[in-house]
Amino acid sequence: MNWLNLFRARRQEPASASQAKERLQIVLAHERISRTREDFLPKLQQELVAVVARYVAIDPGKVNVNLDRGGDMSTLAIEIELPGPQGKRGAAGHAAAG
Amino acid sequence: MAQVIVVTSGKGGVGKTTTSAAFATGLAQRGKRTVVIDFDVGLRNLDLIMGVERRVVFDIVNVIQGEARLSQALIRDKRVDTLSILPASQTRDKDALTRDGVAQVIEELSADHDYILCDSPAGIEKGALLALYFADQAVVVTNPEVSSVRDSDRILGVLQSKSKRAEEKRDKVKEHLLVTRYDPERVARGEMLKLDDVQEILAIPLLGVVPESESVLKASNTGTPVILDSESNAGLAYKDAVGRFLGEDLPYRFLEPERKGGLFKRLFGGRAA
Repeated sequence: MNWLNLFRARRQEPASASQAKERLQIVLAHERISRTREDFLPKLQQELVAVVARYVAIDPGKVNVNLDRGGDMSTLAIEIELPGPQGKRGAAGHAAAG
Repeated sequence: MAQVIVVTSGKGGVGKTTTSAAFATGLAQRGKRTVVIDFDVGLRNLDLIMGVERRVVFDIVNVIQGEARLSQALIRDKRVDTLSILPASQTRDKDALTRDGVAQVIEELSADHDYILCDSPAGIEKGALLALYFADQAVVVTNPEVSSVRDSDRILGVLQSKSKRAEEKRDKVKEHLLVTRYDPERVARGEMLKLDDVQEILAIPLLGVVPESESVLKASNTGTPVILDSESNAGLAYKDAVGRFLGEDLPYRFLEPERKGGLFKRLFGGRAA
């Protein structure tokens, strides 16, 4: 077991440094871009929510924004909880069940 | 009501962010609803140490300026579910943080958290003052080294004069000493200040001693708080410190040189460099 651990430890050493490099490359690439232009995320979110709010009455507290920055691709997920038909939540549930 | 804890030191590079990440994770592992806030506007790093840098959308400045809700800026940790992180802004300047703004954020967080940890920037300028202003307790991170001990003493003075508790003449901020990067072998050789010396000079209760450890760099490389590394002495020392903070009476570990290695190491490898 000790022998195995020895090899395992050896193999893990470079892994953490290369993870550090990869993480830095991704985070710095994004930060360098934002140095030259303003961070558009707050504005993008506000405008998107405003557009949705024109059609449905939404609760601004029920807007979730999730981001995953990647090297080649980032994912932005904006989750807006839409209320059911006004005052007819119970009825709508029944209709769906029926 | 949450307890507000500032992690501070005066001096930079002594392990404030490492400690904030470890301590917050440790409290959350004990089931405490914990949030850790990065106060280093313009030079944020807590996100990297916590491994959430790719998920930062909004930050504390966005919240203070009304551009995002607090709930949207909080990043839920994926490893410990009672833990969240509130990042600092990387692009705004330091004046974007206001005392009233921070007060509001802390008040809102207070409602549904047990502990609010404030990771202070180095120095005694605005960011550091704001990080400690609302504190009920302070973890003073100190290396066994002259400049760090002096700066810790300075920050203790600031805590007792410029915190909200001091201004309102309430009970003083409860202080805890956390000695980090402690190297028992160098202490044994008389090359490093002893724990007793540091304690005698600063004269505040000891919360823990974290040994110098290779696992701290590995933890930061991978974005994993070192307390999650159960094979690491540093991680275990942080676990002990969290236990003591929660009132447990635990013996201090890792204060003496390790005696492993045997004759061979003592003959050939023991005193390298």
